[in-house]
Amino acid sequence: MIKQIIQKMKQHQFLFEELVKRDFTKKYKRTVLGMLWSVLGPLMTLGVMALVFTQFFGRNMEHYIIYLFCGNLLYGYFKESTATGMTALYDNAGIFSKVNVPKYMFLLSKNVSALINFGINIVFLFLFCIIDGVSFTWKFIMLLYPICCLILFNLGMGLILSALYLMFRDMKYLYDIFTLLLMYLSAIFYSIDAYSQEVQYLFYLNPIYVYIRYFRKIILEGTIPKFSFHLLALAYAVVALIIGAVIYKKKNYKFLYYI
Amino acid sequence: MSKTIIEVKNASVKYVTGDLRNIGLKEYLMKKLTRKYEVRSFMAVNNVSFTVEQGDMLGIVGNNGAGKSTLLKVVTKIMQPSTGYVKVNGRIAALLELASGFDGDLNLKENAYLRGAMLGYTREFMDKKYPEILEFSELKEFEQRPFKQLSSGMKSRIAFSIASMIEPEILILDEVLSVGDGAFREKSEAKMKEIIQNGKATILVSHSIAQIRRMCNKVLWLDRGNQIRFGETAAVCDEYELFLKTGVLPTKES
Repeated sequence: MIKQIIQKMKQHQFLFEELVKRDFTKKYKRTVLGMLWSVLGPLMTLGVMALVFTQFFGRNMEHYIIYLFCGNLLYGYFKESTATGMTALYDNAGIFSKVNVPKYMFLLSKNVSALINFGINIVFLFLFCIIDGVSFTWKFIMLLYPICCLILFNLGMGLILSALYLMFRDMKYLYDIFTLLLMYLSAIFYSIDAYSQEVQYLFYLNPIYVYIRYFRKIILEGTIPKFSFHLLALAYAVVALIIGAVIYKKKNYKFLYYI
Repeated sequence: MSKTIIEVKNASVKYVTGDLRNIGLKEYLMKKLTRKYEVRSFMAVNNVSFTVEQGDMLGIVGNNGAGKSTLLKVVTKIMQPSTGYVKVNGRIAALLELASGFDGDLNLKENAYLRGAMLGYTREFMDKKYPEILEFSELKEFEQRPFKQLSSGMKSRIAFSIASMIEPEILILDEVLSVGDGAFREKSEAKMKEIIQNGKATILVSHSIAQIRRMCNKVLWLDRGNQIRFGETAAVCDEYELFLKTGVLPTKES
């Protein structure tokens, strides 16, 4: 099965590269500022949030900027990846209704630019860590684990959402509201320590919070989470991916009817 | 006996349409609640069988909505038959609606590469053929222009030029034998004939009976998804022309 997928990927590598190139060109409109903007945007959001919560709400947690950055970084990657991935099928309807190409290619290519943005931003996170005096340990290597999980989770959600968007065009507005809710539920700028143990467990129902928590544990607390926590992080990713893959597999020939 | 290139046996394609297109979740729920949600399905292609052998050129005729394009989509594996089967021996290149599927924001070169990738070319092949494509399309001075600034004639010229670089075994043409104006039309038709001659088999959908008579040796006639006739060009075309005049479908195949 995996061998088959790799072979298919190889066969369509050229198409994939061209799609990525197209999505990049369209996104940044061939400007340097466009590229810069994708970095500046999150940094400015971070600045505003830091200002608001330290000055007006009086948060004075140690390394609060880093705490905030971890939350914003992961939530931002999830949001960008799924919001752009959502339209992947619809935008390319003109192509897949005329040429027989694997439809998940469109989603993958949209995910690449979100991933690159994420990569750039994570460099900034480490830069901030240095400035803020967070000590680096070998445990930072473990950050690769939640990153991989999040990539898979985003892919799965992208598959699900792009199929839903093809069926229901107003999905976008609903999704905007959903992501807003998700942002408030992800403890990006607050700490859940004040809540009772039961309520704290409820937060683990939110995959994004799980990934954020993992980052904070490694970076701010210098500890590797428990084994069960790893399982949870992986489970969310795998479940999303399986649901998405099943929808694509089942609907592969039916997507045509919706456009 | 010659080799069978395409075999379509009792193929039917169910097509679903109605409220499921372009609907929002709110609208969907409202319609479901008021029981106004309506989805119609019909047989776009109904029990069609035909074979294409090596060296054949098959013409498909029929009114709009006869299921011609759907049938081509089944042969190119964009759609699946609900019943029956389609067997294809060879590499297919389908030229369906040439000018669509380009991206207005990309320039000519980028679009050419993207289209090439979609048609299944490799990068090396495109690198090698791109100068030829550009020359054939006679659009060299527009190379760096965003695609949306080109005229539709230019778009179909570049589309044709890219598509004509393939050496497919099976070529499927939906109303595209030639594009563009005067000189280019002749050039493209000559090029197309060259491709047809080099390939194993060709399927041509056309509304021009004269063209079908001139080029095809077999004709398939569809009407509202049903197969009316499949056979030698002259006989089927005669009957089809009679139908176009009188509007009366012939009785079942004798």
